Amino acid sequence: MSSSPMECAAKVTPRPLANSIRGLSDRGIAWLFVAPTIFLLLAINIFPLIWTIYLSFTNFRANRIGREVKFIGLRNYERILSDPDIWQTMQATAHFLLWTLFFQVLIGFTLAWLINRKFKGNDMWTTIIVLPMMLSPAVVGNFWKFLYHPQTGLFNYVVQFFTGVDSSSFSMIGDVSLAPWAIVIVDTWMWTPFVMLICLAGLRSIPDYLYEAASVDRASKWRQFWTITIPMVLPFLMLAVLFRGIENFKMFDLVVQLTGGGPGSITELTSINLKREAFEKWRTGYASAYAVILFVTVFGLASIYVKALNKVKER
Amino acid sequence: MKLTNLLALTAIALTGVSSSSAVAEDLTLCWASWDPANALVELSKDYEAKSGNTMHFEFVPWPNFADRMLNELNSGGKLCDLLIGDSQWVGGAAENGQYIKLNDFFEKEGISMDDFIPATVVGYAEWPKNTPNYWALPAYADVVGWTYRKDWFSRPELQKEFKAKYGYDLGVPSSLAHLKDIAQFFQNRKIDGKTVYGAAIYTERGSEGITMGVTNVLYNYGFEYQNPKKPYDMSGFVNSAGAVKGLEYYKDLYNTGTPPGSSDWYMSEDIDAYKSGQVAMQMNFAFVWPGMNADSNVGGDRTGYFANPPGPAGQFAQLGGQGISVVANTEHKDAALAYIKWFAQPEIQKRWTAMGGASALRAVVEDPAFPDKQPYNRAFLDSMAIVKDFWAEPSYAELLLAMQDRVHKYVIAGQGTAQEALDGLLKDWIQTFEDEGKL
Repeated sequence: MSSSPMECAAKVTPRPLANSIRGLSDRGIAWLFVAPTIFLLLAINIFPLIWTIYLSFTNFRANRIGREVKFIGLRNYERILSDPDIWQTMQATAHFLLWTLFFQVLIGFTLAWLINRKFKGNDMWTTIIVLPMMLSPAVVGNFWKFLYHPQTGLFNYVVQFFTGVDSSSFSMIGDVSLAPWAIVIVDTWMWTPFVMLICLAGLRSIPDYLYEAASVDRASKWRQFWTITIPMVLPFLMLAVLFRGIENFKMFDLVVQLTGGGPGSITELTSINLKREAFEKWRTGYASAYAVILFVTVFGLASIYVKALNKVKER
Repeated sequence: MKLTNLLALTAIALTGVSSSSAVAEDLTLCWASWDPANALVELSKDYEAKSGNTMHFEFVPWPNFADRMLNELNSGGKLCDLLIGDSQWVGGAAENGQYIKLNDFFEKEGISMDDFIPATVVGYAEWPKNTPNYWALPAYADVVGWTYRKDWFSRPELQKEFKAKYGYDLGVPSSLAHLKDIAQFFQNRKIDGKTVYGAAIYTERGSEGITMGVTNVLYNYGFEYQNPKKPYDMSGFVNSAGAVKGLEYYKDLYNTGTPPGSSDWYMSEDIDAYKSGQVAMQMNFAFVWPGMNADSNVGGDRTGYFANPPGPAGQFAQLGGQGISVVANTEHKDAALAYIKWFAQPEIQKRWTAMGGASALRAVVEDPAFPDKQPYNRAFLDSMAIVKDFWAEPSYAELLLAMQDRVHKYVIAGQGTAQEALDGLLKDWIQTFEDEGKL
């Protein structure tokens, strides 16, 4: 008579261990299994978060390990919230976030709607469209820097071709009024395909019989679009907006490669500014307070958004 | 007999093993990734041959050099035994115990700081400044200066047109005002069928670029870091009327005499612009001059060199260059010190300069034959005689980034006025020194 795997495992378990496990409840064993994960989470997520909150109330600098660390209360928070430069980076981030989301949703949904129609070469076009999002953001930032070059960049020549404006008379990344749009254009170019793919998934999940029934009821294409397509795709769109919103709030690499935050600090987004405070100026306590403020902002906005998303799904 | 031979061989082998394990060490030298670093690799082969030690090198591109190396020092890393660090790091590295103090070593080995160019000793080795406390040996003497297209400047038709327009001869600018005239003269000019521009200047925002550029003008217009009689008293010195005029000058030069798209340029972009024939003049550290001289497009007689021209308040130039230090965390302190001892020898310093380095040893640069050895040597000597350096305080990174931000916002982005930019800078610097407990 052959033994079951459980019996085999019981046989090879050392007696002292078997005795101690035998005394554990199912709940105890469950805790035993999840304990390593919880420990890791505490060590790499929760502890750094608590430590950051603690540091935010001090004058600690990571490059002066021997120096006395003083508790300074809310001074870091006061300085951040009353610093016009910080508010400027917040504005730059808001401009970048809102416009990239707007263009990516608009163009992404339009492309998805077009691709969803059956036509020859459909798959090939889908592959071509999604190519930009497969590239590294640092590479994209670098080659758009060349594309934007006033003397040799293709972008400026295209603008000259269509508008007649001299290509060397404007600099997309050197002009304070154009640079914020330069980063919006590049991010839109790179990440619109991502929004398109999510919208495409939404469009393909709509059952054909809904359109057939609407046609039988003599609903126009326009009405079908607003009463079937949009409501059915909306949860997918909102999910895409959530993903892109979170990503763009912490945007760093692409913009650093493209403009370095300049000219002046017109494209210095919060994550770039935070990195400069923390790892270039080494104002660790100040940067910790800054990080806490950003964390609370993102967490708060994301929570409100997720609640709205759930409501849309429930409808 | 056989046993005797065997014992003898064993003894020889053991001696060899023990001696090599006692002497041969692996040393890592960290520096920026640039041409002089390659020259140092070649030069160090002599040290390897003489000492039996093996040299390893860790070179980091300039834009990341400070980030990478200061992280290394701050985290107590053991990557570097020797570090050729920027002059501004010396204060922080000394106060935070990251470099080994070299006074006793210099005294023991007979290395005298009097043998080096005084400005390089103050700039690269001393902390506190102007006190005999040495943390580095001057390793690479460097300074911001200018190159110009001698072949364009000597064209009769351009000389004639320039004279008619400005009333003086086109040549090496004798003042910053003349330099701007020349830059504007060449701006958008067609030369050999190609549009060219005035000057490539430092405008980079991310690391130290625009500060290393604008200070060459600010100093000459009267900017001072602090009251010479009262340390850290900066009001009226950082934001003096002269300094404001200097900053306005730099912005005007950027707006009217530089190539389009040069809003974030530093050393390599300036080199590219000059070598590709885009600009008539180039601001850059002197380390690029050997490369310019050897370049097939612009080298030889086609390029001339000059020190930063004077302004209304005098003639100064921004100090560059670095000293070589022993990192306190090294496990090979003796071998690292031996490297510095070897490097300090006059014949090695002479060879260092010949191979593309830039010695700060007076015996090398004060050699009567030195000024005529290379076409740029005279400009180098003129420049080294007028140097000034940025803060070398432990909080230098914060001080530097504040200046980068304030100046870039005004000069490149056109935000606010020069007075507001310098007042803002003063406020930032006061805040930093208050945080440091120095104010």
